Amino acid sequence: MTATATRYETIIGLEVHVQLLTNSKMFCSCAADYSGAEPNTHVCPVCLGAPGVLPVINERAIELISLTGLALHCSIAPFSKFDRKNYPYPDLPKGYQISQYDLPICAGGYLDVVTADGPRRVGITRIHMEEDTGRLLHRVDPVTGEGYSLIDLNRAGAPLMEIVSEPDIRTPAEAREYLVRLRQILRYIGVSTANMEDGQMRCDANISLRPVGQAEFGAKVEVKNMNSFRAVHDALVFEELRQAEALDRGERIPQETRGWVDDRAVTVSQRTKEEASDYRYFPEPDLPPLRFNEAYLESLRASLPELPEAKRNRFLALGLSDHEAETLVETRDRAEFFEALKARIGGDEQRATKLAANWVLGEVGRWANETGQNLADLPATPEKLAKLIQMAEEGAITAAAAKEVFSAVAESGEDPATVVEKRGLATISGDDELTAVVRDAIAGNAQAVADYHAGKESAIKFLVGQVMRATRGRADPQKATDLLAAELDSK
Amino acid sequence: MNLSPEDVKHIALLARVRLDDSEVERLSEQLSSILDHFAALAAVDTEGVEPTAHPLPLANVMREDSVSPSLPREDVLRNAPATEDGYIRVRAVLE
Ligand SMILES: [Zn+2]
Repeated sequence: MTATATRYETIIGLEVHVQLLTNSKMFCSCAADYSGAEPNTHVCPVCLGAPGVLPVINERAIELISLTGLALHCSIAPFSKFDRKNYPYPDLPKGYQISQYDLPICAGGYLDVVTADGPRRVGITRIHMEEDTGRLLHRVDPVTGEGYSLIDLNRAGAPLMEIVSEPDIRTPAEAREYLVRLRQILRYIGVSTANMEDGQMRCDANISLRPVGQAEFGAKVEVKNMNSFRAVHDALVFEELRQAEALDRGERIPQETRGWVDDRAVTVSQRTKEEASDYRYFPEPDLPPLRFNEAYLESLRASLPELPEAKRNRFLALGLSDHEAETLVETRDRAEFFEALKARIGGDEQRATKLAANWVLGEVGRWANETGQNLADLPATPEKLAKLIQMAEEGAITAAAAKEVFSAVAESGEDPATVVEKRGLATISGDDELTAVVRDAIAGNAQAVADYHAGKESAIKFLVGQVMRATRGRADPQKATDLLAAELDSK
Repeated sequence: MNLSPEDVKHIALLARVRLDDSEVERLSEQLSSILDHFAALAAVDTEGVEPTAHPLPLANVMREDSVSPSLPREDVLRNAPATEDGYIRVRAVLE
């Protein structure tokens, strides 16, 4: 890749389709969530394309696409309309798709991504609203050996927005980064689950190469069939090399559509129907246009949550490292849990920030990874966790005991103080009790004691370990060390 | 305006209509005369007139995002050329 980068510049633009989190479909009242449903059970006369029916715009879908536009710094068109895209495949039984042609709802935005060469601003050309198509399955008849297709129309008519980037992306890694940031924002603002693996977010890529220093773009190749961020990245790496090698041989790159074949890790030319691009768009006669006034946009703007980038900057200003801030804002529930915890800990802000970050990036994160659950469902709420942290800070429980208490609270939701009480996890405070344990440790480990007296300083660490084990982590390690040293030196 | 037989064949393909040569010839003439009628519209001076997105003076006709029951599947599949396991079965569709 670096070898090609010296001769050619790679130009990438992405088209991302995103399913919106509405209750109902785009133009009818069928349930939009068809996951796990039997085929063709979320279908009505409207999405079946029956004669004489009329589509009606889902107002929530329009809100969600507008929110997306605002989050991506687009301008929202004061006037917008739907168009008919004539399209002859049976995955949309009407024979056309309701989409938007020349007046999309959102245009002219951007998304900032972080690349190996620093930050890069990727332009968003437009975001338009359309309806999803049905799902096609391809089968082969076991008797005749002939291929045939099966259609499930549950997805047909589901609200779908298409986010088109400017050709501002220069490397496959940047393309991946763009998708990661885009998904993060879509999830923050709650417009989509944006899972690529489940098809709620789909990406087509346009890629061309041009000799370094040349102004005009080379022939554009569209790559499809990529079902993960990794697939997008790998397909673009493959295309970059394939096109560079062809150009090196003096060949012309034909403008075409290629499909990524994941298990072979190659792109292959896709046969496309000659007339496929003859969509004959015209204004959708069944749908009156949309007009957005400033009051509507203002109310949407007010409902936008703080976006990851703003949060990240705020967390950096609190004194957290790049990595800490980045990890904390990765998901909205993590960032919000962190902020709630920090507020509950209270007191000195820097100290609260540090403690909250340590716990969220440590035990809390581990819990989320292990259970796969949302932090909103963690029984150890920020309130309970703050109490636990307070106890640890005051020395009422040791760091080791705090972890045990957390596990118990995360399981049961009990009050941390109750757990400490019930399990007898309070730090051993009386010197007498600890001295007895220390003496037992010395009596039971003659070799370590001999090592210590022979000048082997590390032997005391072993003995501290013995004390910690005997007390199940309830001893203050520093105190145990001091008592051990005093006992050993007095001999 | 004159539509060539190639234009008519292309339109027929887009419309999924199979035409024989005599039909192509007949439709070339008929479609051409329809286009001639529309040519009268092209003569109107539309300088400075906003394009019309919709003939009715309406905007923002929307519905609340609520779900109502879909059709029973037997009804959905009633007009299907063939079915299989609850799917509509059709001839192979090129991806
Ligand atoms: Zn429907």
